[in-house]
Amino acid sequence: MNALNIQKGASSHSAYDLRDPNAQIEESHTLAVLVENEPGVLARVIGLFSGRGYNIDSLTVAEVDHTGHRSRITVVTRGTPGVIVQIKAQLGRIVPVHEVHDLTAEGPAVERELGLFKVRGQGDKRVEALRIAEIFRANVVDSTLESFVFEVVGTPAKLDAFADLMRPLGLVDMARTGVAALARGA
Amino acid sequence: MSRMMTGARMVVEALRDQGVDTVFGYPGGAVLPIYDEIFQQNDITHVLVRHEQGAVHMAEGYARSTGKPGVVLVTSGPGATNAVTGLTDALLDSIPIVVLSGQVPTFMIGTDGFQEADTVGITRPCTKHNWLVKDTGKLAETIHKAFHVATSGRPGPVLVDIPKDVQFATDEYVAPTEVETSRYQPERKGDIGAITRLVELIEQAERPILYTGGGVINSGNEASRLLRELADSTGFPITSTLMGLGAYPASGKGWLGMLGMHGLYEANLAMHGCDLMINIGARFDDRITGRLADFSPGSIKAHIDIDPSSINKVIQVDVPIVGDVASVLGQLLEVWKARGSKVNKAGLGKWWEQIEGWRTKNSLFYRNSDTIIKPQYALQRLQELTKDRDRYITTEVGQHQMWAAQFLHFDEPNRWMTSGGLGTMGYGLPASVGVQMAHPEALVINVAGDASWLMNMQEMGTAVQFRLPVKQFILNNERLGMVRQWQQLLHGERYSQSWSDSLPDFVKLAEAFGCKGAQVRDPKDLDAAIQQMMDYDGPFILDVLVEKHENCFPMIPSGKPHNEMLLGDAETQDAIKAEGAVLV
Repeated sequence: MNALNIQKGASSHSAYDLRDPNAQIEESHTLAVLVENEPGVLARVIGLFSGRGYNIDSLTVAEVDHTGHRSRITVVTRGTPGVIVQIKAQLGRIVPVHEVHDLTAEGPAVERELGLFKVRGQGDKRVEALRIAEIFRANVVDSTLESFVFEVVGTPAKLDAFADLMRPLGLVDMARTGVAALARGA
Repeated sequence: MSRMMTGARMVVEALRDQGVDTVFGYPGGAVLPIYDEIFQQNDITHVLVRHEQGAVHMAEGYARSTGKPGVVLVTSGPGATNAVTGLTDALLDSIPIVVLSGQVPTFMIGTDGFQEADTVGITRPCTKHNWLVKDTGKLAETIHKAFHVATSGRPGPVLVDIPKDVQFATDEYVAPTEVETSRYQPERKGDIGAITRLVELIEQAERPILYTGGGVINSGNEASRLLRELADSTGFPITSTLMGLGAYPASGKGWLGMLGMHGLYEANLAMHGCDLMINIGARFDDRITGRLADFSPGSIKAHIDIDPSSINKVIQVDVPIVGDVASVLGQLLEVWKARGSKVNKAGLGKWWEQIEGWRTKNSLFYRNSDTIIKPQYALQRLQELTKDRDRYITTEVGQHQMWAAQFLHFDEPNRWMTSGGLGTMGYGLPASVGVQMAHPEALVINVAGDASWLMNMQEMGTAVQFRLPVKQFILNNERLGMVRQWQQLLHGERYSQSWSDSLPDFVKLAEAFGCKGAQVRDPKDLDAAIQQMMDYDGPFILDVLVEKHENCFPMIPSGKPHNEMLLGDAETQDAIKAEGAVLV
């Protein structure tokens, strides 16, 4: 078929070095987007995701460098490998975006989320809720005679697990911050 | 010298410092202070448009024919929203445009004030970047940055929204040289490893093709010069997208003609059968690729583009090179020459033989007539009668646009202005006005269809007011020709809403606008009519009554690969299957 005696992907610059872009398997990636802290920058990032049909599973944003006017947006997104590469390239094109890091691809990273869980109950359920909270190293940040508000910090999976356990024990409300993430190591 | 001035004066000062000579605009309440400053100076010509959409298309015509950014000034609310179509058009075609819009005063923002709209919100997805300036001290700096962003890297439209109180307030002016623009500096040079690898491929390829696009034109004249050198010294065949016509001359020996949905048979077959595809400043648009799974299945693909997000967006390439076309082609030629300027001569010879074989299909063939003007014939005559002139062509969108791309020849860049990505009907007339503003002495022709032309016909008033001798060449089939063609091919010949009823008399319309018009319906009179149009010293509307049911061929139906082109009406029965019909 190919007259050239060159194999596809022989170059280190080849896109074929990437995982199969046609694979239909969706992966979850955590992206750290460092942006100029100017009005509308979050809308630009979110608008890119909605406009081009990408997914947002979690989003956090806060200023991280007041003097340098930098904010850090952490986005957890899902897509095929080809889509993930395209999301990063599209983010990089936004004028006030300084850097885009794929924490999932660039090596180990720590991910943490904070959740507040309101559990209403009395008697054994209340005791059981407290016992489980201890296992999860949750803090009680509010208490009445028939309710607790627990504060849990951990990976999204840990917060999911905590919520699942609290549901039969009277979980009535929760608030989660979304993921903040940093690469491990120096 | 005091640098203190009002925001309104800063706008004019900043435009002057940016080398702007022409602004296309329309006044209104929220930009009155700026218009007051425009009144009191003579360096910048303000072109009063008839509709803000026209202003942006004029600026696009100006930008594409000069390589300089086009500048637009509009008021708040409807002024800004009317500019949205033009902004989107410029975004899709990567045209550098700076739109300055008025806004209600800062203390009224958010109160649903008169003519208030969230302009930065509305235009965020249709600009490369936009700004709302709330502080006069930041105004000049922001305008300079806007010019920098619009023209750097992959060009595009930007918008600066200026509240009225910011225009009135006084602060210190900042010159372009004092503005920090270093952070936004897209890389121009390509990776030398990838370039060397591409050179290796060029040396060995048996069936190479250069597939070029609007990026070559945007990169500037040097890019076109280097492209010509590359094509001519390698002897590689070269094709181009609609956007790239003129970068390589149509009279050049390597030229295959345009490719894509209505591209030439030999160009599309060469794309399908090549073993090395070198994409230079094009973006594998769906009008080019046809069915993705069958797109040029046997080729190694290289892609030169200044925008990293264009790489691997729809087609996976083997050798991606991010960089400016002129810089990368310069590097490429340097490496190729240093290695002895080698190509696979034997392979190339056979490849050209095959291409010449495809060429004998004569895919632009149409059945001419003695009694009725065929649109293709009209364009052939226009080509013949204008070929010795340095002419600028704009188009509207539809069948006439494709025929113009097929039958008109472009030997220089920046001579062909058409709405490629967005496909904006109503683009051509205002674009021709913008081109003529930039090139007052040149022959500027808008090749139009009757339906498209009506969409922005109010701009004839602008042409007349500014004595711009734009020629409106209307191929009038009293139809929405391309819509009708698709209805014939894939909607069972049910011609839903695709005819132009109650068309105006274009000759009387010309007279009403204060210019001249003529109508021609007999093929024998066509040459004289074209000559009359060109000779007339002023804007002219030529109403060419053409065959009403002519179809545009060749055509790759939606959802088909390159090697399944339709060449004429006989082949169109059931050509488009259900899965193709969902595509546009």
